[in-house]
Amino acid sequence: MATVPQATVVKKTSGSNLPKRPVYLDYQATTPTDPRVVEAMMPYFVEKFGNPHSRNHEHGWEAEEAVEKARKQVAELIGADEREIVFTSGATESNNLAIAGVARFYKDRKDHIVTLQTEHKCVLDTCRHLEMEGFKVTYLPVKKDGLVDLDVLRNVITDKTVLVSVMAANNEIGVIQPLKEIGELCRARGVFFHTDCAQAFGKIPLDVEAMKIDLMSISGHKIYGPKGIGALFVRRKPRVRLVPLIHGGGQERGFRSGTLPTPLCVGLGAAAEIARREMADETAKLLKLRDRFYKSVTSRLPEVYLNGDMEHRLPGNLNLSFAYVEGEGLMMGIKDLSVSSGSACTSASLEPSYVLRALGVTEDLAHTSLRIGFGRFTTESEVDYAADRIVEAVTKLRQMSPLWEMAQEGIDITKIQWAAH
Amino acid sequence: MAYSEKVIDHYEHPRNVGSLDKNDPGVGTGLVGAPACGDVMKLQIKVSPDGIIEDAKFKTFGCGSAIASSSLVTEWVKGKTLDEAATIKNTEIAQHLALPPVKIHCSVLAEDAIKAAIGDYRAKHGQAKAAE
Repeated sequence: MATVPQATVVKKTSGSNLPKRPVYLDYQATTPTDPRVVEAMMPYFVEKFGNPHSRNHEHGWEAEEAVEKARKQVAELIGADEREIVFTSGATESNNLAIAGVARFYKDRKDHIVTLQTEHKCVLDTCRHLEMEGFKVTYLPVKKDGLVDLDVLRNVITDKTVLVSVMAANNEIGVIQPLKEIGELCRARGVFFHTDCAQAFGKIPLDVEAMKIDLMSISGHKIYGPKGIGALFVRRKPRVRLVPLIHGGGQERGFRSGTLPTPLCVGLGAAAEIARREMADETAKLLKLRDRFYKSVTSRLPEVYLNGDMEHRLPGNLNLSFAYVEGEGLMMGIKDLSVSSGSACTSASLEPSYVLRALGVTEDLAHTSLRIGFGRFTTESEVDYAADRIVEAVTKLRQMSPLWEMAQEGIDITKIQWAAH
Repeated sequence: MAYSEKVIDHYEHPRNVGSLDKNDPGVGTGLVGAPACGDVMKLQIKVSPDGIIEDAKFKTFGCGSAIASSSLVTEWVKGKTLDEAATIKNTEIAQHLALPPVKIHCSVLAEDAIKAAIGDYRAKHGQAKAAE
């Protein structure tokens, strides 16, 4: 097993003179590049630097060979043909290309797109943009557990629906949507099925044939690969056509012009290959760590609520609401943990997480949520340390919370007339 | 997102956390903000018979800047008369704590909390109109 590369940046935590890195528990935001991936990439910066599209010399051929090997490694992880993989700059570009590309190509016949309210911003924002171009978009609500209601989905599909875009795993709450059922439903109705697999690719088994997926967005840096590379699976049979976003030399079969970044492609391929070999073991390890953390926290703190379904969930994700303690205030108390908050205060918008709101989580509880992400390099002692720190900080902040005090006195805070500000 | 030294100091060593008996006629209580907005402050003052604030306590649900703002004002109001305390401005709080623009609302809330506590005390003593 590889170890995390030596940290080069050190940070002082208050009250201590020892330089110490915070414990990283934000694996849904990004992951460190696996040293094995970096090793695979290295030759393609200086030594094998050729342009993979140069067809007339050795330098080009060796770069092309590396890129095509990577394409195959990506395809193998999802049961696709390598000719169905288009390299992009990341999942955001893949989502843009898939949704806008399909919508624009088929616009003379169909003009309706279906997606979820809990999708990533890059899917929602692309859809909003298409609405301005005249497309109609249905943003489906989800159930309390974060999962799509298949009956509701079935009923909104019309003869005008060109695409259904439903993410595989949610970036905030980690819930995994029923891809196979959605795929079958779409295929039966002659609608393309796109799925944003930025969080799921390399983490859970995916098979584009069994799940009848037509387009799949893939990210490199969520699976211990480099940032700046992703891919889009585009089905060949039955064929999916796209209007490209980036025009130029016609690389990637015309779907995405621009010289491929050979080292990044190699990195994505290597990361996919490692994920394929180690997924089962890694899942078992993460479930054990997550369970250990969850039990450690909930056995010591009352009124901690899990957001999203526990069963259909990424193995490395937890999203918890610590009632009566505001998320950003809590993050400040656990500065030596790198976690993410669903609270308003961390964003410029001052609105709490729209994903939690879509689940029906009340605004006050949405403000108290933390996303805790475990990954390949998380250790048992880090999990124990994080649980202790969170329990400590929540306990201290609840002693300072007027809402906690009122709850202890039996006052129902939802019945109070609060002045909005 | 970096916090100022003063915000960190108040967050890590909050002054005057706690509660006073809200039914005590000498105590004024202000409860401002809303859970749905992500911050709620409870500020209490204990006023001596000659009208001096002799003690102040707070409890806050909110971010570090909200906690620091309320902690700071409990320090500032102590020893002041009600009229003096009522002149504390959110801009002074924001300036003292070096709050960034996105956190100005925390200082506004702290100012509102003092005013609400003074108003509550005055209402208890039939001075509601004088407070306006």
